Amino acid sequence: MVSTNDILETIKMIQEENLDIRTITMGISLLDCIDSDIDKACDKVYEKIMRAAENHVRTGEEIEKRYGIPIINKRISVTPIAMLAATAKGSPVKFAKALQKAAEGTGVNYIGGYSALVHKGFSAGDRELIESIPEALAETSNVCSSVNIGSTRAGINMDAVKLMGQIIVDSAKTTAKDHCFGAAKIVVFCNAVEDNPFMAGAFHGVGEPDTVINVGVSGPGVVRAALAKMPDANISEIAEVIKRTAFKITRMGQLVGTEASRALGVPFGIVDLSLAPTPAVGDSVAHILEEMGLESCGAYGTTAALALLNDAVKKGGVMASSHVGGLSGAFIPVSEDAGMIDAANCGSLCLEKLEAITAVCSVGLDMVVVPGDTPASVISGIIADEAAIGMVNSKTTAVRVIPAIGMKEGETLEFGGLFGSGPVMKVNRFDCAKFIDRGGRIPAPLQSLKN
Amino acid sequence: MKAVVAVIGKDTVGILAKISAICAADNVNVMDVTQTIMQDMFAMTMLIDISKCTEEYSVLADKLKKAGEEMNLQVHVMHEDIFNSMHHV
Repeated sequence: MVSTNDILETIKMIQEENLDIRTITMGISLLDCIDSDIDKACDKVYEKIMRAAENHVRTGEEIEKRYGIPIINKRISVTPIAMLAATAKGSPVKFAKALQKAAEGTGVNYIGGYSALVHKGFSAGDRELIESIPEALAETSNVCSSVNIGSTRAGINMDAVKLMGQIIVDSAKTTAKDHCFGAAKIVVFCNAVEDNPFMAGAFHGVGEPDTVINVGVSGPGVVRAALAKMPDANISEIAEVIKRTAFKITRMGQLVGTEASRALGVPFGIVDLSLAPTPAVGDSVAHILEEMGLESCGAYGTTAALALLNDAVKKGGVMASSHVGGLSGAFIPVSEDAGMIDAANCGSLCLEKLEAITAVCSVGLDMVVVPGDTPASVISGIIADEAAIGMVNSKTTAVRVIPAIGMKEGETLEFGGLFGSGPVMKVNRFDCAKFIDRGGRIPAPLQSLKN
Repeated sequence: MKAVVAVIGKDTVGILAKISAICAADNVNVMDVTQTIMQDMFAMTMLIDISKCTEEYSVLADKLKKAGEEMNLQVHVMHEDIFNSMHHV
């Protein structure tokens, strides 16, 4: 018999500490949907997704019921659409609409992969797709987009960096009446991963199988509650308890992933060992850092505390799952984390400190709201800096900033739901346009001579 | 297939009787019961065998939850595997 303590602990984690499976994401390859006639290609895309993911949502709900674990999102990621747009001539927005129709047909809440990989340069379809992103995101509601503009092996494509600054501003403008939400559905990556189950940056890499199930776990509240029980512990003990907690959380993800894979007859890909916060009280990564002894997230010590947390989560999770992948680590989205929102509001967390901690978190600048009149070149500068951190440190970094059209520093942009609300943060407005306008590529960094 | 039924709430007459009656009605065998009372709070965990259950798993789970609500108790019905995988290496 399972011990009563284990049962009650598990129930407490789910009921009081917001433990959940954040997402079951089905990756679907669309390489067999390529067609020179864009309308035919769109029909194939819709049919393939409907065929592959017909039972995806229902299976997720059954697992939820069987194990009593909330599974918050059921999602789909697809092959970067730029690869289909390379052959099919015409507006790539048609693909976005086909994806939207498939999202509605399957009942998933987001579908990711309106994407292009341009870390070394643009090939056929890439530029067309990127330029269509603002329109595609304004015309659809459940489609997410991502663009990879750099990697450790290729360097940073500065032409793409320049372009993406403008695309983010345009995406915010075209959705200005809808809380500038277009910009929240687009992520600019350096070192993008092919098996990320989390939105908005999920896409199905070309090295992946035809279909695959990836699972993203959550549970910042569980980690915080575990730390709250040991107020006088030293840092080694804190690291140990985070590892133990991450192990339990990840085991749940592994179980759910394996079950979903079996029920759907789709290979199991990876568990993404993430601490993904939500705006709900008690589901905050910032509060874990504060539990460790910081007055407010953003205070000196934040980078060290996050480095410790991020590493311990991975160490605990790795043993709990047969395959670990995705972004794996602690997310630090500002608008989706109650503690981050408070820290930004009270002035302890500024954009510069956020940039610093992205060097040790799982991704990067995420869900950061900036003033609506921020020039595109400044956003390109933010992207270049963030990509440089990822490129040099061989890690994934991302930028998801939302220019709040018509709003100034100090105001708040409300998204609602899992996306929360974001305080408009102060941006350094000194000009970097000359640097961005130069174009070209930042060469790949040296990966040897490390002595 | 085995599942765990956890009942948490204020102690009252007939909790075990009511829960086990629902199980019996659907041909579910109760394999083990542990119960503790912490101050006024009642916590019971029950291991049940649902392999011969005459109802759908989700229907049984809903019945048990509803019975719990009528007695002001929280009832959780979860497949045994979740605890085995989370708490054992």
